[in-house]
Amino acid sequence: MSAEAFADQGLIGTSVLRKEDDALLRGRGRFLADLVIPDSLEAAFVRSPHAHAKVTRIDLEAARALPGVVAAYTWDDIRDTVSELFLEAEMRIPEQVKEAIRPLSRLQPVPLLADGLVTCVGQAVVMIIAVDRYVAEDAIELVEVGYEPLPPLVDPLAALDADAPIVVPGTDDNLAISVEGRSGDIETALAEAAYVVTERYRSHRYVASPMETRGVAVMLDPRDGGLTVFASTQTPHRLREVIAGTLRLDSGRVRVTAPDIGGGFGQKGVQYVEDVLLPYAAHRLGRSVRWVEDRTENLTSSSHAREQVHDITLAADAEGRLLALRDDVVINLGNANLTGLVVPYNTLTHVIGPYVIPVLDLRVRGVLTTTMMTTPYRGAGRPEAVFAMERAMDRLARAMGIEPHELRARNLVRPEKMPHRTGLMYRDGTMQTYDSGDFPELLRRLVGHLKIDEVRARQRGGGTAPGKRLGVGLAMYIEGTGLGPFESGSVTVLPNGRVRVATGASSQGQAHQTVFAQVAADAIGVPLDRIDLIEGDTAAIGHGVGTIASRSMVTAGNAIHLAGLAVRERLLADAAEALGTAPEDLEIVDGVVRPADKPEAGIDVAALAARRAPLLVPGTSTGPGAMISETTFFKPPTVTVASAAHGAVVEVDERTGKVEILSYAVVHDCGRVVNPMVADGQVTGGVMQGIGGALYEEMEYGPDGQPRSVTYMDYLVPTAAEAPPYVLDHIETRSALNPLGVKGLGEGGAIAPPAALANAVEDALGPDRVHITRGPLTPSRVKDLIRGASSGASPDER
Amino acid sequence: MPEITLHVNGLEHRLDVPDRMLLTDALRQRLGLTGTHVGCEHGVCGACTILLDDQPVRACLTLAVQADGHRIRTVESVAPSEEELHPVQQAMRDCHGLQCGFCTPGIVMSLLALHEQEEPPGPEEIDETLSGHLCRCTGYRNITEAAHRALGCAGHAGPADAAGHEHEGAGR
Amino acid sequence: MKPAPFTYRRARSLAEAADLLAACPDAKILAGGQSLVPMLNMRLARPETLVDIGSLAALDYVDVVDGHLEVGAAARQAAVAAHPLVRARLPVLAAAIGRIGHSQIRNRGTVCGSIAHHDPSAELPALALALDARILTYGVRGTAVHEAAAFFTGTFDTALAPDEIVTAVQFPLPEPGTGWAFEEVARRSGDFALVGGTALLRAAADGTVERVRIALFGVASTPVRLPAVEELVTGAALREDVLAAAERLTARTLDPTADSHASADYRREVAAHLVRTVLADAFARTPAGSPTDA
Repeated sequence: MSAEAFADQGLIGTSVLRKEDDALLRGRGRFLADLVIPDSLEAAFVRSPHAHAKVTRIDLEAARALPGVVAAYTWDDIRDTVSELFLEAEMRIPEQVKEAIRPLSRLQPVPLLADGLVTCVGQAVVMIIAVDRYVAEDAIELVEVGYEPLPPLVDPLAALDADAPIVVPGTDDNLAISVEGRSGDIETALAEAAYVVTERYRSHRYVASPMETRGVAVMLDPRDGGLTVFASTQTPHRLREVIAGTLRLDSGRVRVTAPDIGGGFGQKGVQYVEDVLLPYAAHRLGRSVRWVEDRTENLTSSSHAREQVHDITLAADAEGRLLALRDDVVINLGNANLTGLVVPYNTLTHVIGPYVIPVLDLRVRGVLTTTMMTTPYRGAGRPEAVFAMERAMDRLARAMGIEPHELRARNLVRPEKMPHRTGLMYRDGTMQTYDSGDFPELLRRLVGHLKIDEVRARQRGGGTAPGKRLGVGLAMYIEGTGLGPFESGSVTVLPNGRVRVATGASSQGQAHQTVFAQVAADAIGVPLDRIDLIEGDTAAIGHGVGTIASRSMVTAGNAIHLAGLAVRERLLADAAEALGTAPEDLEIVDGVVRPADKPEAGIDVAALAARRAPLLVPGTSTGPGAMISETTFFKPPTVTVASAAHGAVVEVDERTGKVEILSYAVVHDCGRVVNPMVADGQVTGGVMQGIGGALYEEMEYGPDGQPRSVTYMDYLVPTAAEAPPYVLDHIETRSALNPLGVKGLGEGGAIAPPAALANAVEDALGPDRVHITRGPLTPSRVKDLIRGASSGASPDER
Repeated sequence: MPEITLHVNGLEHRLDVPDRMLLTDALRQRLGLTGTHVGCEHGVCGACTILLDDQPVRACLTLAVQADGHRIRTVESVAPSEEELHPVQQAMRDCHGLQCGFCTPGIVMSLLALHEQEEPPGPEEIDETLSGHLCRCTGYRNITEAAHRALGCAGHAGPADAAGHEHEGAGR
Repeated sequence: MKPAPFTYRRARSLAEAADLLAACPDAKILAGGQSLVPMLNMRLARPETLVDIGSLAALDYVDVVDGHLEVGAAARQAAVAAHPLVRARLPVLAAAIGRIGHSQIRNRGTVCGSIAHHDPSAELPALALALDARILTYGVRGTAVHEAAAFFTGTFDTALAPDEIVTAVQFPLPEPGTGWAFEEVARRSGDFALVGGTALLRAAADGTVERVRIALFGVASTPVRLPAVEELVTGAALREDVLAAAERLTARTLDPTADSHASADYRREVAAHLVRTVLADAFARTPAGSPTDA
């Protein structure tokens, strides 16, 4: 690798406007529902109205007789020719992890349609295929299903009770996952501590809620019947394997393409029964079929996230140095464990945060309940951990009588101590290591942006309107980003002078067309507008993982960078041969390879590609090397650690319970930034999702197991009117773990807001009066806190 | 099945549609105008916003038969040429007002109506209009900035000019 | 999320609409559709026939008739709120409309439709109640008039007979010098209110309240008047102790229900606070309350 690759020149680091925008702004985006597929049938699903019930009878006669209905399937109709859904890629556990911590992760294959039992409201029971969605929904109403209700199970702590209803028949309990991480002697540490706080915090249930719902469309290859699957997915290559495995097809006969995707945020990073049922129907009927999820389906039948209960204990010495952290976590997995250790282990390894904590005693258990399954959503276990840890840090600071930011300052990992080991093993089998970062600088800047001293003065001086209370709160986090195992990147120079870049990553709005073009253009030395990125298509590149886990710039970006550098070497070598000079004497500028001292003698890369193209140029090779093309698989050694400090100044109206964010500040570190405009957009969007969860959004279940937030009238995604005044500041500590020096940033913005805002609201209402243990901080919940404070009762654990 | 006449983007279309067909489906499936997106089908998200007789409305809360004889404009009609974007679209691009782009057509249509109204909208009217659209990607700040820029309403503290907004890291 | 089948009929006259409604017992009137179409899409409403009166030009008007501001059934909320007569003579109606959903909804939704639909968390039924509005109807049996006080009978339920069409709503114009206020607390901008309230108030030159009307919404299955609070305030000057007494009395009077957005206690407390707020704000809009503007 040449030293130039590290130089800060060229396109990396500049806010290039997005290549994606022109089409999207003209209405020429092609999302799943926009694809013109002639004579395509439409699917709809009969879904369970019960949280938990035996299915005693299914009568499809009337539905099948309805004109326009083409097919209706139950599990019994298809079970002989398909397998149950099982996400093998999510379940792989490295041997080191297995040996070191012996995790329990009880795998649970899921029948594609209810197999005599339903375990959550919204579970698919019958698939209807009809001429259009209107008729398909008519048919749903004609299907008669007999249900024999069983006891619902909603609360994750209740799921551990000995007499709890069992969600998966044939198992003894509802414990599907258990992982532990320990370091040092917890009992001694607690006994020696000057301060110990023990609290229970709940992270409530969210829905990722991308603006485009999920969807699948399938066409058959008219020649061989192979399946071309269009899916609103973040992970086309994984979906290909799941479809092929479940339908028992050769994966070579399945092509998965992700068209324009209207947001994913993790919800589209897992594979669902519908993703397999639609290919099944197309395969069986020999017809094109499409399913576009409606909003209520998305809220009830696509995965949920975040529901956790933390029993956390934090201990410090008299000077406020952290001595020990104990956290016993129960995650509500919902009715299936499809994603294994992802969220539990992220919680386990992120609760520590940016702090030095010598003694750790951590346990995370995942339990099954009769609710929709929970899977990774933007942050994936980290916002929950940060909520518990950063709330506990505030309580500890109050107990000591010092400023919350002062307590944090005393415990941050110092930059000169990097790389820092926590003592835990990470999910990839390495010892968890913070590769770089400057946490004190994050905090110092944040305290300045929040003007905490001014807030304190106003609080003391009564500088607020009657009935209003002012508060300030902050939260810090670290995030392991750029998860492996690998990502692919291939770069090809075509004889027409264009550069084709392909990768297994897959954009849902992260501007890959632009930012990967910046990376490739810089690596090779060609102009940005010569780059054509092809991604989200299993036919474009054989292997890939996808865009999840804040990983694409780290993994795909570096794969493209390395492939681009290799192509550059090829171009230099070919040009040297053509020009009769040494490669070292050449440079590539604007797509022309030229002698540094004689630029006018340069050769365009198009000409160099044409030289290699067989048949075009007599005498050229037709063997390997007949094209200027390189493919690289970048395997990161482990995750890179991004970090941030968030804070908010809020005003709480004690009479209405409404929280107004007067300012929200972020100081963020994601290593080297490829496109500052895009990076800021990613962080800001994440922050707004975090604010949504802190104040507005909750997927609520009643004790009967009925979801209560089933439309956008009840699941409250914030609007522009809720976007607060905002400061976004960056520092940059590069990662040494990859050639570009980048860290991931897709999820980060969403991680801290629930904690920062809870801390700010508690500060406003008075930490001596109220204790916030869960969100969202709705007006009603805030009034409950105030009422509880004046009556002396603790209202929060209702 | 009634025959209706829709005047869409300057062209007259005669269509047979079922009584219950939503205008979103008529535009998308019958006329191929898939730029009008469907996000919730109960009027909250705003992705399907079109101009009906020059006013922004939810196409998902309008039956196709109700639009019989009316003038409709969709996002496909907004840009003046292949080379040029409308000022509203250009501002959205310049301000990074879109990420996945799914909600964008609805927002463009609402802002277009403000752009065309005789009296230029004030900041409050712009903010009220934008609050009728859900976007899950951007966090809204850049959309608001784009709107204020396109509609000639200066002074909004968007990302480009927010007080205290800094890029202090090395390499910038 | 697609409607179940129905037959759509666009009425060419009010008489035709009445005939269609009478001929099909399971028919519903469609005007703006901003409340009805979501329910159709979710299949929560499934009429056999929809009778569209939204394009009847004769019903698209705002006028002042005999001391009433009359709004026709085809008049869209946005147009009504912007109408010069409304802005000059009944600004509280414009304020109430401004709190309905978003502009994209108000461009299509109608004032009469919102009243006929009667969501108990909606703004216009409460305003109609506070103003003693009259709901004018037409049907095959002729015309009829409903008093707002007897019109709202329960959640999504009214005194409207199956063959009646709301043709207009008449809002009595407050006497000159009447102050008004309209306030609500919602989760997000544009959401249905958790609790809302409105007040209209006349005061003597010395600040004594001569006449007051208060209505709340979001606290019961219908909007509610607060006669005891009105009585308490009438004849008094709106000093702090009177406002506090009004607040306490409101809290004692109400028995709201809980839902996933707010507890009963929340609604009671915030309703009481809003009563104080709207009384004070309405008073501030009277000549006595804002002497400099008078």
